[in-house]
Amino acid sequence: MSTELIIAIIITIAGAATPILLAALGELVVEKSGVLNLGVEGMMLIGAVITVAVTLTTGNHLLAVVCAALAASLSSLIFGVLTLTLSANQVATGLALTILGTGFSALFGQPYTGKDVPLLRSPFPPELATDPIWRVLFGYSPLVYFALIMVVVVWWFLQKTRAGLILRAVGENDLSAHSIGYPVIGIRYLAVAFGGAMAGIAGSCFPLFLTPQWVERLTTGRGWIALALVVFAAWRPFRLLAGAYFFGLMMIFEIYAKTNSAFRVLPSEFWAALPYLATVLVLVLISLRREGSTAAPACLGKPFVATG
Amino acid sequence: MQLRLEKRSQPSQLLRVVTPIAAVLLTMVLGAIVFTLLGYDGVGAVREIFISPLVNSYKWQDLAVKAAPLIIIAVGLAISYRANVWNIGAEGQYIIGAVVGTGVGLATNSMTGWWIMPLMMLAGAAGGAAYAAVPAFLRVRFRVNEILTTLMLTYVSVYVLNYLVFGPWKSPTSMGQPQTVMFSADQSLPYIIPGTIVQLNAPIAIVVALVAWLVFSRFVFGFQIRVVGAAPHAARYGGFSADRTVWLALLISGGLAGFAGVLEAMGPFGRLVPQFPTNYGFTAIIVAFLGRLHPIGVILAGLIVALSFVGGEMAQISIKLPFAAVGIFQAMMLFLLLASDLLVRYRLRVVRPGEVPA
Amino acid sequence: MTDMPARLALRGITKRFPGVLANDNVSFEVKPGEIHALLGENGAGKSTLVKMIYGIMQPDAGEIFWNGERVTVANPKAARKLGVGMVFQHFSLFEAMTVLENIALGMDSKIPARELESKIRDVMDQYGLKLDPQRIVADLSVGERQRIEIVRALLLNPSLLIMDEPTSVLTPQEVDQLFVVLRQLAKEGCSILYISHKLHEIKALCETATILRGGRLVDTCDPRVETSRSMAEKMIGGNLKTIQKPAGRAFGAEKLVVKRLSMAGSGHFGIPLRDISLSVRAGEIFGIAGVAGNGQNALLLALSGEEPVSDAAAITIDGQPVGDLNAKRRRLKGLASVPEERNGHAAVPDFTLSDNAVLTARDRLGLAVRGLIRPGAAKKYAGDVISTFAVKATGSEAAAGSLSGGNLQKYIMGREILQKPTVLVVSQPTWGVDAGAAAAIHQAIVDLAATGSAVVVISQDLDELLGLCDTLAVINEGRLSKSMKVSEADIDEIGLLMGGIHGETEAAHAA
Repeated sequence: MSTELIIAIIITIAGAATPILLAALGELVVEKSGVLNLGVEGMMLIGAVITVAVTLTTGNHLLAVVCAALAASLSSLIFGVLTLTLSANQVATGLALTILGTGFSALFGQPYTGKDVPLLRSPFPPELATDPIWRVLFGYSPLVYFALIMVVVVWWFLQKTRAGLILRAVGENDLSAHSIGYPVIGIRYLAVAFGGAMAGIAGSCFPLFLTPQWVERLTTGRGWIALALVVFAAWRPFRLLAGAYFFGLMMIFEIYAKTNSAFRVLPSEFWAALPYLATVLVLVLISLRREGSTAAPACLGKPFVATG
Repeated sequence: MQLRLEKRSQPSQLLRVVTPIAAVLLTMVLGAIVFTLLGYDGVGAVREIFISPLVNSYKWQDLAVKAAPLIIIAVGLAISYRANVWNIGAEGQYIIGAVVGTGVGLATNSMTGWWIMPLMMLAGAAGGAAYAAVPAFLRVRFRVNEILTTLMLTYVSVYVLNYLVFGPWKSPTSMGQPQTVMFSADQSLPYIIPGTIVQLNAPIAIVVALVAWLVFSRFVFGFQIRVVGAAPHAARYGGFSADRTVWLALLISGGLAGFAGVLEAMGPFGRLVPQFPTNYGFTAIIVAFLGRLHPIGVILAGLIVALSFVGGEMAQISIKLPFAAVGIFQAMMLFLLLASDLLVRYRLRVVRPGEVPA
Repeated sequence: MTDMPARLALRGITKRFPGVLANDNVSFEVKPGEIHALLGENGAGKSTLVKMIYGIMQPDAGEIFWNGERVTVANPKAARKLGVGMVFQHFSLFEAMTVLENIALGMDSKIPARELESKIRDVMDQYGLKLDPQRIVADLSVGERQRIEIVRALLLNPSLLIMDEPTSVLTPQEVDQLFVVLRQLAKEGCSILYISHKLHEIKALCETATILRGGRLVDTCDPRVETSRSMAEKMIGGNLKTIQKPAGRAFGAEKLVVKRLSMAGSGHFGIPLRDISLSVRAGEIFGIAGVAGNGQNALLLALSGEEPVSDAAAITIDGQPVGDLNAKRRRLKGLASVPEERNGHAAVPDFTLSDNAVLTARDRLGLAVRGLIRPGAAKKYAGDVISTFAVKATGSEAAAGSLSGGNLQKYIMGREILQKPTVLVVSQPTWGVDAGAAAAIHQAIVDLAATGSAVVVISQDLDELLGLCDTLAVINEGRLSKSMKVSEADIDEIGLLMGGIHGETEAAHAA
């Protein structure tokens, strides 16, 4: 394999990994606060369709990403009101959010179907990326760098700040946090809104550098893979990074299977299904480790009702 | 003045029945407003989606066609969710059910006999159950969350279907179209009302729901499902095995989804095509909840959701409303239903300022 | 002293919950440096009252005065700012976090870790408390966990420390150590509001006692001059019922025999059972004492059949091996059990009482035949339990969750006892139950034994076991001591057994 090809592969992996990484980072914070939001896929679709609409209307990528984050965050607040204020079942409500996101994006995206979305290219001057070696460093879309920075930010927030400590405490024992005097519901709202924003930005990745057109359900289950990834990473940001890039690798097989005869030993459908099969396999492997089941925040998915 | 929530000493049975109806009505009101704000004919949309199919009697048969698979799948999901087993991959089990049933169909395509149809149905149910057995095994043996595995396998099932209809199972007479051969007369569901498109799957759906109801209300097995879902520790104390319940819940819900899948293939589709997945498996989740996870409720909810599909198709033509709008209406129904759950368990009380000195 | 305003004064505090008046016009004062007992049985409204003082709840009516000034305690943070510290009965700790993180969470502002650690050391040195700040809470004993809460409260230099039932989880020796700390604090001027229903402790520690009953204040007295009996009667509101035990009881054949039962701990921090042996004869009530979290839960699960063991002979009923049978099959052999947690374990709160009868009585009493439930028979049985055990409920179709704790416990006990089990195993039979229900439950246990059943009672309440049982053994870290006759038992020895070797080393540290 030539250096050119290897570099192209690395860049493709990073691209495929980024939306999963962003969405999973958001969900990790949500779950650390004790909330399970299964609506990631739906929020990603909302983010994606808003990105398409804003980019095609204004041509401003940054504005598009911000709008995507806001819209997805807003949709996550519907989930928040239901599960946190009205203590509805989190699993069912998360599913409802995904159904809503799918329906909303299909409806809202209809006028934009088939229109090319201008790509969001590397923020660095193109001269830097002419040499293949330099391209490994400077050849990515800004969202790829953003995701990497967010890994560090989320880790730092959870482990090094007092606010992160409080957030973890709320997810660990909501009743104790309440009796010490922390606003459990308020903190969870913030976490859910952050998770929504991150899922929205994850959705932006699709039109901005993965599939530069609006297609219904273009996230094809990446939101669900992000959820699995959080479990796989045992709620640790840096392990999430490794996991996301592993899944990125699983996903590029489908692309290369189309052009490279070496993949023809198995049907192309197998390579397309590989990320999903890998997810199942990885979930099994993680469960074999004792840590896998106990690393979960103790209050994950349980509704909190304050007395008095 | 301020509103306060008070826990009821026991859940209100009346509200449990009333709230789904209220959720549907509120969806109509809220839907009209939202779609007007989105720049569509909101009132027209609600009229076309929820009223027109009811007043046009020739649309009733479409209702039956759409409701049948939804009800069959949702009954299984209701059993599963009652047991706190979150099978959200019914769509995948539905597809695999159709695939396995079609496999039998292809093998028997040139044969005749009354036994072919039941055999295909059995194969479909077995296929769906077997596909759900994978998450069941992983959950019981490795404690792997079934939400993620059932869903991942749904994506895989689509590729299995595509591989077969684009590859080995492609009909030699299809002129390159990715589709299997047509099912023979002995492999197709009979029409039960002459002159309509209502096939055998409609009465089957009703029977499935009634049997499930009987099992739920009178059998220890139904009791077991309810206890395991409501209080797992109490279930173990009562001598019920949680693992066995997970197995049963997934096998039954998977089996029913697979059964619905093969019926759909033998009925409306008549063969397997790449367009076979129509999201019935996902929509059935809404049906199960809207029916309050109760088999009889599921029949009614199945009809209402089928109504939105049929009406959505009508609205597409009559007022140019994109079909995707149906999904939003369905999601709204589910959201409002989940929100209303609170009222079943809690009472809203108005507190006057004098009662609460700050 | 008289011209000095009270540290804390409550005037006419009232708090209403749906269907319950938790506090009705309660007024009392706590003086500076006073150790003040708040006494009352379960459900008297003690916890609600202190939650309002600490700002977790707001009163519906009434006023709170702090050093003579009227205050509103909006939230726990405001309470801490005033100088109120609190040690909760159910600890407000975070299991997966370190001691240091837990303490940091109790501070209202960010303190650098190193500074906080040195402050913790200062407090620990001052009061003779021992803790390692870097350890994970989940690995600590209950006594150590309580110390975290105390250190956390003391770091804020409180002038009022609220202790909610602090000794229910401690061995007698640990209780003594705690009292030393509390007396030292009081001497330094800190007021202490000490909530308990244990009369001998209050007599030993407190200068004043405020007694609550049914949400109302019934008396304020000096516990040092009252007798335990007089305070108990004020607390319960009537004469104390004593258990009627038939005299001259003889025990029959061995009914339940456990031989070298071992079981791995369930869950991450579960306590494993090690080599447990015991034998209970017909008519005998066998008590198992111990501090919470020493394997009682595992023992109940092992005996009830909720966690079967591979060695069938480890547990025998009437000589038949049952160790490998699940709860359903053991019931058919005559073993009934009642776990500690009522809601969600012994009963399903959302189910009706007759459905809850089906839960455990379906096979023994034919409430289900060949997989088909007989609703009529279930209803009738539920009705029988309700009437025989005087359960206050709207009928057999009432949801279990709508009953009060005491009534639900009576229903659950009745449901098992009316099945006429050969062996009954109960855990914490009167936990969180009012005195009337507790007396009824105790009497029912004694009556069942009198009919020739063998009964095992697991309880953290040593007084309960001493009054109820014929034989006693102590569980500590999953090991069961040799059994002793209650009539010959020595409290100090039981206390030492409850603490185990673990407790002795800690006593040495603290000294």
